[in-house]
Amino acid sequence: MTMLDTADLKGSADRVMSRKRIVSFALPALVLAYLTYVFFAFGVPDLIAKASGANARTLIADTYSHKVHVTRDNRNGAVRVAIEGENKGTYPDGEGPAWVSLDDETVIDLGDGHIITYLPENNGVTYNVPGYGLMTFEVSRSQGVIQNYPTDDTPDWINASKNRVAVTTEAGRLSITRNRTEVFRYFVGWELFFFTLDSPYHGMGAGEVIRRAFGGEASAIAHDFWSNKMWRHGDVAWAIFETILMAFLGTMGGAIVALPLAFLAARNFAPLPAIRVATRRLFDFIRGVDALIWTIILSRAFGLGPLTGALAILITDTGTFGKLFSEALENVDKKQIEGVQSTGAKPIQRYRFGVIPQITPVLISQILYFLESNTRSATVIGAITGGGIGLLLTQAIITQKDWEEVSYYIMLIIIMVIFMDWLSGLLRRKLINGNEGGQ
Amino acid sequence: MADTTASTRDLGGIHDDYMALTRQKRLYSLVLLIIFVALMVAGFSVAGGRNAGSFWGGLDNFFDYPSELVIEASGKLSEFPAHFVTFFPALVETVNIAAAATLLGALAAIFLSLLSTRGMARFPALIPVFRRLMDISRAIPEIVVALVLIFILGGGPVPAMIAIAIHTAGALGKLFSEVNENADLKPLDGLTSVGATWGQKMALGIIPQVAPNWLSYALLRFEINVRASAILGFVGAGGLGYELKNAISWGQGRYDEAAAIFLLLFITIVVIDQTSSHYRDRLTHGAKSERRS
Repeated sequence: MTMLDTADLKGSADRVMSRKRIVSFALPALVLAYLTYVFFAFGVPDLIAKASGANARTLIADTYSHKVHVTRDNRNGAVRVAIEGENKGTYPDGEGPAWVSLDDETVIDLGDGHIITYLPENNGVTYNVPGYGLMTFEVSRSQGVIQNYPTDDTPDWINASKNRVAVTTEAGRLSITRNRTEVFRYFVGWELFFFTLDSPYHGMGAGEVIRRAFGGEASAIAHDFWSNKMWRHGDVAWAIFETILMAFLGTMGGAIVALPLAFLAARNFAPLPAIRVATRRLFDFIRGVDALIWTIILSRAFGLGPLTGALAILITDTGTFGKLFSEALENVDKKQIEGVQSTGAKPIQRYRFGVIPQITPVLISQILYFLESNTRSATVIGAITGGGIGLLLTQAIITQKDWEEVSYYIMLIIIMVIFMDWLSGLLRRKLINGNEGGQ
Repeated sequence: MADTTASTRDLGGIHDDYMALTRQKRLYSLVLLIIFVALMVAGFSVAGGRNAGSFWGGLDNFFDYPSELVIEASGKLSEFPAHFVTFFPALVETVNIAAAATLLGALAAIFLSLLSTRGMARFPALIPVFRRLMDISRAIPEIVVALVLIFILGGGPVPAMIAIAIHTAGALGKLFSEVNENADLKPLDGLTSVGATWGQKMALGIIPQVAPNWLSYALLRFEINVRASAILGFVGAGGLGYELKNAISWGQGRYDEAAAIFLLLFITIVVIDQTSSHYRDRLTHGAKSERRS
């Protein structure tokens, strides 16, 4: 009898062990198989082949550096110095940074002995590369770019054809076409971050600016900084505010709408089972339709803007909050309500003193948690409905050249989300501990 | 005798103090409520002022688009099965993006969470580093990574997958490490005494304890990621969201396609939500009964 039992036991133990063994090998194998399938379904090999290394390099270089363009229009000889080649960053006529001297001849000193000169005759250009020699170019309407190199075979950092030349050295880049001659020089850092060229405070040291701020120019300094055309600090601050506003209105509005509905959906408070089921299905429907579809429907009705974003968050969250709140209500302790009832409290007082104090901690912690995660959603929804920092970010990415602005916005978004995370954690601790103390 | 009068006087004082405290508390609540209502009203009016359309005007038009959609689509009901077939690959892509991102994110989260929990970390000195790493990857909205990667890699599902996986690694990592903190460390001592390596200790001592809760969080994350993957598709990362963007930009006359995609997305989300909540229920209740016994 006992022998049989042990044999049975051993058999079943063996079966369990072998099943576990199979599972512990099958599970990783399944995951691996799935990932392999996805690898090919998403066309990853093709993607790697097509991935643009040049784009990645521009992106990374642009995030920490900027370039200054010195451009000559070969049709009229006008020379323009502009930061990032933008109108907003153009130096006034006849002025430039110290390394560009604008006379009859424009002499551009790229440092380390690299000197480029724009000659006044025949749109001529000379470029002296140390260790290589002097290159001369002339642009003619009929013959394209006439090129003279110190050596017979051109090195691979010179890309030349009949009508265009591009010379890329570690000091900078020179490109010549029939219509214009352009030199790029790269610098580390974000230029014009505080003041643009048209501001009198550009190029002033921090100490000098602070001294002037105390000398009665504070409002002028603040205005010049705030309305900086290159970085648009005022607009960016407003966009961040708009994103947080969307998250705040959506979360709080959703909670306000969901709370009364949650009473209808909770088993112990629902007046009729039919109403309870209907409310639950309503919550499921709202959550199932999803923020994306709500955003599309709402932007048709309300037009583009932050209000649409706030309403999209509000509606989606109503569904989620309704579900969470009704679950919290179903877990309410009956004894406290009976205690309040025994003192002769009316129904409304029973809810106020018997139910609400029990669910507030859950409510507050859920609302604050969603406030933080909705800040992130508001960034995404803003990109679709056209509001807040999400819109600025997508606009900056679409232009595909202002990567320093993109990285600036990304940093601001991360700081914003971490700040909201910190704030919601702080409020959660303060409010919930306060409530527990008060109860 | 004297004592009794003193205590009655005290009681009166306590009563007065209590009433004063209650009044003060009520006043604070009222002030807070007024501030809150004012914030909401001001917020909505600011947001409304910046919007292209007004709130009340929009409210009247709220059902215009859905009803147009339903009316036009119901006239072409016979074409729906064909649309479902057309858009099914896009649906599979959306679900695949979410599933692969959840899988990769969860794998990263497992390592991050083990490396950042006290008592389990391989390099205890680096715990704060791994924590900050999780905080940062949690804070980056998916759309940021997706848009930047679309620029480098070109449009398609991979940028969306990587973007969602990064966020998932941070979000799940935090939840996983909370689960880890409740795990019993005694099996680790036992395994250490027989000379197990760090990998063996984690695989045999910790993972069997925490796997049900991990799985439950990962399933919840999968639900969230399906929605995220649909939204990212809308900004150019492929899948159902991308098809939806094309369909709605064609406007009237092609509403049947938009309606079909809406329906597909709705059904997918509901089915995934229901399935996952069923399994999560089983996982957490199973874990609970184990803990009780």
